[in-house]
Amino acid sequence: MLSVKNLHATVEGKEILRGINLEVKAGEVHAIMGPNGSGKSTLASVLAGNEKFTVTEGSVEFLGHDLLSMSIEDRARLGLFLGFQYPVEIPGVTMANFMKLAVNEQRKYRGEEPLSAAEFLRLMKEKSAVVELSSKLTARAVNEGFSGGEKKKNEIFQMAMLDPKLAILDETDSGLDIDALRIVATGVTKLHTAENATVVITHYQRLLDYIVPDVVHVLYKGRIIYTGDKTLALKLEKEGYDWLINQYDK
Amino acid sequence: MHAMAENEKEILETIGEQEYKYGFTSAIETETIGKGLSEEVVRLISAKKGEPEWMTQRRVAAYRHWLTLEPPTWAHLKIPEIDFQDIIYYAAPKARKMLGSMDEVDPELKRTFDKLGIPLEEQMALSGVAVDAVMDSVSVKTTFKETLAEKGIIFCSISEALRDHPDLVKKYLGSVVPYTDNFYAALNAAVFSDGSFCYIPKGVRCPMELSTYFRINAAGTGQFERTLIVADEGAYVSYLEGCTAPQRDENQLHAAVVEIVVERDAEVKYSTVQNWYPGDKEGRGGVYNFVTKRGLCRENARLSWTQVETGSAITWKYPSCILAGDNSVGEFYSVAMTNNYQQADTGTKMIHIGRNTRSRIVSKGISAGQSENSYRGLVRVARGAENARNYSQCDSLLIGDRCGAHTFPVIDSRNPTAVVEHEATTSKISDDQLFYCNQRGLSTEDAVGLIVNGYAREVLAKLPMEFAVEAQKLLALQLEGTVG
Repeated sequence: MLSVKNLHATVEGKEILRGINLEVKAGEVHAIMGPNGSGKSTLASVLAGNEKFTVTEGSVEFLGHDLLSMSIEDRARLGLFLGFQYPVEIPGVTMANFMKLAVNEQRKYRGEEPLSAAEFLRLMKEKSAVVELSSKLTARAVNEGFSGGEKKKNEIFQMAMLDPKLAILDETDSGLDIDALRIVATGVTKLHTAENATVVITHYQRLLDYIVPDVVHVLYKGRIIYTGDKTLALKLEKEGYDWLINQYDK
Repeated sequence: MHAMAENEKEILETIGEQEYKYGFTSAIETETIGKGLSEEVVRLISAKKGEPEWMTQRRVAAYRHWLTLEPPTWAHLKIPEIDFQDIIYYAAPKARKMLGSMDEVDPELKRTFDKLGIPLEEQMALSGVAVDAVMDSVSVKTTFKETLAEKGIIFCSISEALRDHPDLVKKYLGSVVPYTDNFYAALNAAVFSDGSFCYIPKGVRCPMELSTYFRINAAGTGQFERTLIVADEGAYVSYLEGCTAPQRDENQLHAAVVEIVVERDAEVKYSTVQNWYPGDKEGRGGVYNFVTKRGLCRENARLSWTQVETGSAITWKYPSCILAGDNSVGEFYSVAMTNNYQQADTGTKMIHIGRNTRSRIVSKGISAGQSENSYRGLVRVARGAENARNYSQCDSLLIGDRCGAHTFPVIDSRNPTAVVEHEATTSKISDDQLFYCNQRGLSTEDAVGLIVNGYAREVLAKLPMEFAVEAQKLLALQLEGTVG
């Protein structure tokens, strides 16, 4: 589904990604871990197409498309979803209105008719249940006045609405209390099928108790320095990154 | 420069390339008198309209006063010098015959209205709107007059009102905006061609939204509309004014006056969507819009101004409320959007005279391109205005880094019991917001339209439903570009 080869990217002339290689297949869950500043969020942003970053080398294939040549919105319409670490507020624009536009843009891209108001409302109701999101929130402005937990739930709600092929969740667990974490994580698990894939970026093992990864990668200094199975996350939780980093830095 | 900034620059530039969509001229024969202004021309206008002598005298007095005035220069506007002798002060579509039904309306005129999407015909009944359609200064057709007449409501052109209800016009015309008020009000009082008159009798609630569509159509014709609305004691009316003008190369002067009298316990809502031709993206052409709008509120009266200003090359406009009566309420809700080289200096004046008077100001400025957008407001609390309250909120949204947003709020409180609050914010559409929207599959163009409409929502929500939809489209339309 996703094939990243030797990806290099810079921001303001500084190289952050220094040769990422990553293969993600349908039905898989990948976790990307690593110390602060290793380039995890940059990888998510670059794949989504954030123009703050400049790709200097490498290639990315997504569902048979040359991802790097596509616009941000076309990547999204094709089925790439980014769950934001810091979701932005859009004052005065209701979640319902925002999602209606988003869903219908995606349908248009696929050559489908827009949803009727009734169909859309039904979809909203169904999907907001996935993350136990109050219907009151969907009537409010996008992320405006949402608590940290609500914002993250809202990200997963949008993921449910858009039903992406590949979801990249950037530190979706940060700032969540235990209950919110459980709701968000089980929501993600519910949405997982054999046809889609999830890349979870996280600092902590605790999220992976709910979202069990098939593959765990450790990112350090812009490269994936180690790849293992789910037991790697447990080992990292116990022992930290030092044993890997020391090995790599040598 | 990194990639995002580059991209944003490109988008913002293309947003600025949005051209006016309603630029066309309809080929209706127009009868005009020559260019220029003199006492003779003023008398000629009055004579052509068959006005009573007192009206002619008022026009002449206004003209003589105007001669003593200079155009105001205090606004944050660069106004090219206007040659008032190079303007045609009167133009009327040639009368063919009295119109009995829609079938008799000039087909060319009908097509023009259709192009503008003005629902003059059957849609009118369905939407419950009576339209006094003003085409080049003379009322062409008035609908729903009979329904209104049953309730004693008068809704007609000023010319007709002068003929049929001279006492009412004489009593109220110039009572809120006297010709001595300012340069453009004096000019309007001297040469106004036509406009709308509305009178709601005591205790009557007008059953439909009243609306007038203004158009400028004859080349080089100045438009001097005069609107007078009187809500008698306990009456209620919601009045809509909307306009789109055809594309022009030369500048067009528009100096309208709107006067509203809100008697005891009465309520008036006045909503405007202004979309005069703003000039092209190089700043050539466009309407100069110098408008004086003011209402007078008696005891327990309420006046609410809502405006969506997207057009005109220059806007100079301050719809105001004189809160003369105790417990009266004034409101001003405004969205002013400028793009390319447009300039807007707009705001309001809330004059608290009565006790327990309240006013609320919500102003949302949006500047794009190389435009200049200013909010100018005055809140004055007179010595006797015990317990007066004002709340003002002035927000500015900048799109790009070549436009300007300015606020000039003045508070003049002479009563220690008054409470006057002012809040102001300035924001930009952030890269993060655009990226977020893009990542959900929205194009940058749609994202900008969405964010701008969200920003203006509080004001748009004050408009009557159909008008709100039209206004939303207008805002998006003006920002629509060829984002590549």
